[in-house]
Amino acid sequence: MSRDFAIIWAHLDVLLDGLINTVWLSVASGVLAFFGGGLIATGLVARQRLTRWTTRVLVDSMRCAPFLLFAYVIYYGLPSFGVRLSNWRTGLIALAIYNSAYMGEVFRGVWAELPREAIEAGHAFGFHGLTFFRRIILPPVMEAATPLLGNQAIQIVKDSALLTIIAVPELTHAANSLANTYFIPFLAFLAAVALYWLVCLVIEGAVALALRRAQAKR
Amino acid sequence: MILGLSGPDVLSLLRAVGATLAISLASIAIGCPLGLGVALLRWAKIPGLAPLAAVYVSLVRACPAATLGLLLFFTLPMAGITVDAVTAGIITLALITSAFNAEIWRAALLAFPKDQLEAALAVGMRRGLRFRLIVFPQILRASLPALFNEMTYMVKLTPAVAVLGVVDVTRAAVRIGASTYRPLPPFLAALVIYGVIVFVFVQAQRIAERRLGSHIIGRRV
Repeated sequence: MSRDFAIIWAHLDVLLDGLINTVWLSVASGVLAFFGGGLIATGLVARQRLTRWTTRVLVDSMRCAPFLLFAYVIYYGLPSFGVRLSNWRTGLIALAIYNSAYMGEVFRGVWAELPREAIEAGHAFGFHGLTFFRRIILPPVMEAATPLLGNQAIQIVKDSALLTIIAVPELTHAANSLANTYFIPFLAFLAAVALYWLVCLVIEGAVALALRRAQAKR
Repeated sequence: MILGLSGPDVLSLLRAVGATLAISLASIAIGCPLGLGVALLRWAKIPGLAPLAAVYVSLVRACPAATLGLLLFFTLPMAGITVDAVTAGIITLALITSAFNAEIWRAALLAFPKDQLEAALAVGMRRGLRFRLIVFPQILRASLPALFNEMTYMVKLTPAVAVLGVVDVTRAAVRIGASTYRPLPPFLAALVIYGVIVFVFVQAQRIAERRLGSHIIGRRV
């Protein structure tokens, strides 16, 4: 066991590279999914029935599909349309689009729960258009959505582990290659699990901090 | 020809549906009571075990299914326990769903009215009886929607065990696509299959809620 530990220690850079890739992949796709989700939410509450229904069907079918299936659809499907992307970009796009649907649902749900009084008061004070959205709608939506977005961020980190199947060099992939090269599966995967745990604890801590800040502002 | 798939392809997809259903149902059947056990350890504040249960939940909830699956699949044999890919997959998903279920049960336990417990104590009910007759029926009713939600998540998590070599619906679809060079028909078929499975779970939830009367509780809260 101590020999295994020495191997892990000596190749810590492999794991850390994997960790950095996982974090980078999660952050980039999370940011994309955040804006994609906002866009989808406006589609879900659109006035035109056609827009509303097409977005609904797309979001619901996305939420029925397992992420891996969706990643494969992108991985094998895009080349059929003449689009060739690296595995890395394929993974990034799959993560971003898939989670956009979930974030869209989060935003729509929070938006629908928003108390009417504040909105009416905003109108009464003459707010309209973009200022109205930025000053009246956005702050409470963001506050209510923060814990849910945190959960989704954790989901993105965990989903990114599946990209090891299409050979994206993230943390699980790094652990797997260490495990296979030196035959130390236990410590290699245990280290990976510990690192995922760390990332999730950081996300949970950030959410708690953001909520405390929002409470203090009141 | 269904959805542009040949007969043997449809057959292999159907066999994969069996694998997906077996793995998800087995892991739900193990994970749900296991989660209740973990939640009870925390609720009863058993010294030593309660904090351990908290760490277990936090760690396993943060753990990707593929990573945990690989860890178990390669490590259990080193501990002298031989497991095939399907068993390792079931254990993995059961552990993961137990952690999420534990949080669901715990939320219901924390929301459980204290006065009822005291009333049960006042009429002389022992701990086991109190739990079986007073607490469990009510927390089950309160947790039902969240538990079913978690079950559909579990179905969507089954493809993760493909890293162990299990041929589930997603893996079967990939194989068909790779051999026919037309990936979209099997993927669409797989999408429909998952949609149907999720739909069945949602219907089952409706029936279970009607039986237990959760919809009434849900409306009141």
